Amino acid sequence: MDFDYFTQLFLGGLTRGSIYALIALGYTMVYGIIQLINFAHGEIYMIGAFTGLIVSSVLTMMGMPALGVVVMAAMAAVIYSSAYGYTMEKIAYKPLRNAPRLSALISAIGMSLFLQNYVLLAQTSDFLPFPSLIPDFEFWEPYAHMITSPELVILITTFVVMVLLTVLIKFTKIGKAMRATSQDQVMAALLGINVDRIISFTFVVGSATAAIGGILIASHIGQINFYMGFIAGIKAFVAAVLGGIGSIPGAVLGSFVLGWTESFFTGYISSDYEDVFAFIILVVILIFRPAGILGKSETQKV
Amino acid sequence: MLKLRNVQSYYGNIQALKDISLDVREGEIITLIGANGAGKSTTLMTLCGVVPARQGQVIFEGQDITAMAPEKIVALGISQVPEGRRIFPYLTVTENLDMGTFLRKDPKGIKQDMDHIFELFPILAERRNQPGGTLSGGEQQMLAISRALMSKPKLLLLDEPSLGLAPIIIARIFDIIKRINKESNTTILLVEQNANLALKVADRGYVMETGSITMTDTGQNLLANEDVKKAYLGI
Repeated sequence: MDFDYFTQLFLGGLTRGSIYALIALGYTMVYGIIQLINFAHGEIYMIGAFTGLIVSSVLTMMGMPALGVVVMAAMAAVIYSSAYGYTMEKIAYKPLRNAPRLSALISAIGMSLFLQNYVLLAQTSDFLPFPSLIPDFEFWEPYAHMITSPELVILITTFVVMVLLTVLIKFTKIGKAMRATSQDQVMAALLGINVDRIISFTFVVGSATAAIGGILIASHIGQINFYMGFIAGIKAFVAAVLGGIGSIPGAVLGSFVLGWTESFFTGYISSDYEDVFAFIILVVILIFRPAGILGKSETQKV
Repeated sequence: MLKLRNVQSYYGNIQALKDISLDVREGEIITLIGANGAGKSTTLMTLCGVVPARQGQVIFEGQDITAMAPEKIVALGISQVPEGRRIFPYLTVTENLDMGTFLRKDPKGIKQDMDHIFELFPILAERRNQPGGTLSGGEQQMLAISRALMSKPKLLLLDEPSLGLAPIIIARIFDIIKRINKESNTTILLVEQNANLALKVADRGYVMETGSITMTDTGQNLLANEDVKKAYLGI
């Protein structure tokens, strides 16, 4: 077995997994707090990519240096996507807070179709070329055959986002309130926590990480279209379920497992069956651990 | 301090509170006794804004809080220890207490109060980094009361603090309730099925039956009342 090839696949899987993780976090946080699978989450990621494309094109035309373009585009995408996430929750989910769970789920699917078609009409159905925002660093040249500069940036960005998110959720006041709300909403309200505000905040954070993921992958793959959120969303959803939906470390672990599975199977067997492998691993894990790798099986105490 | 006037509440179409009026004066321990399903817990949830009243008025310190959001009511100084304790199972003991201070902005005072709680309940100090869900029933009840105290309430609502606990633990919890009332002049509204115990510590009591208040008197008089004896004291 060629060790270089193995390392390449390993790192490729890690990069893929990072992207999935950035999206999966949004799924798992929202699920953790209101037990809703937000099917429109992939669309938030797509909108992030579109915003990134528009902003970076304009800024490049105006002659801004590459680094400035990346930062500004990412910031714009984060803000714009967060606004979408916030609004989406207020319009599509909040009125259904006390309705049966299925209603909110259908509302989420409706939101997903609406956003796809809205971007289709407002933009285009064609694939749009996305500029490679991240340059090839010279100092990285000797290792570039293993992992390219843009991939390295993806890995580092993901790592930084994860660390920030962990700090936010573990140590800040609002992070603790998020955990408390996810465990018992009524009790949280009885302690003076504004539950609506915490839920909105969760959507904003989830949307922001998805937008970062959207920009990174668009710049890596080099093209985007209105449908990109659907497949990425499904994959990230699989990753979140694999790891145990509702669990944040679970979402990250699930994403890496999925990334490596796809990378190794396509590398050693065939790239035609990439998605098949992804779903096979899902089925296998759910047979043996129905709650996901790190998921807590729900035991109801009465 | 607290007045309920002809309060009516519903769960969907089912009326849980038919016509509740009661008064709590500052510094008192008031108890609300009654059988399962009489509406005792609903009364507490209604005055906390979780199950909003459809009719009637809830007035706290002269202010109408009937349609207020729960978090605003907490800010006014009402804190509830709900039935079943509702400890956040995956938050540590300290984090559970932190949540009680959510609306406070005086880090020094919070630190002091936290130390005071750990003095009062050394077992909580011992278990401070343990998830709340791993505590025993009695420890969880102590934590739930402590968490409510961390918000420095003027009015403390306690919903069945004796539920599912061993008699010796119950005695301790009731001692603490009396102490809280005396030492920090916290007004207490205590909901109990254990009528005997509750009436002994209470200044006054209300008896509830299927969504209405049927009787009210001092704790002593209710203890001696023949109907109460038959129905709730098993004598």
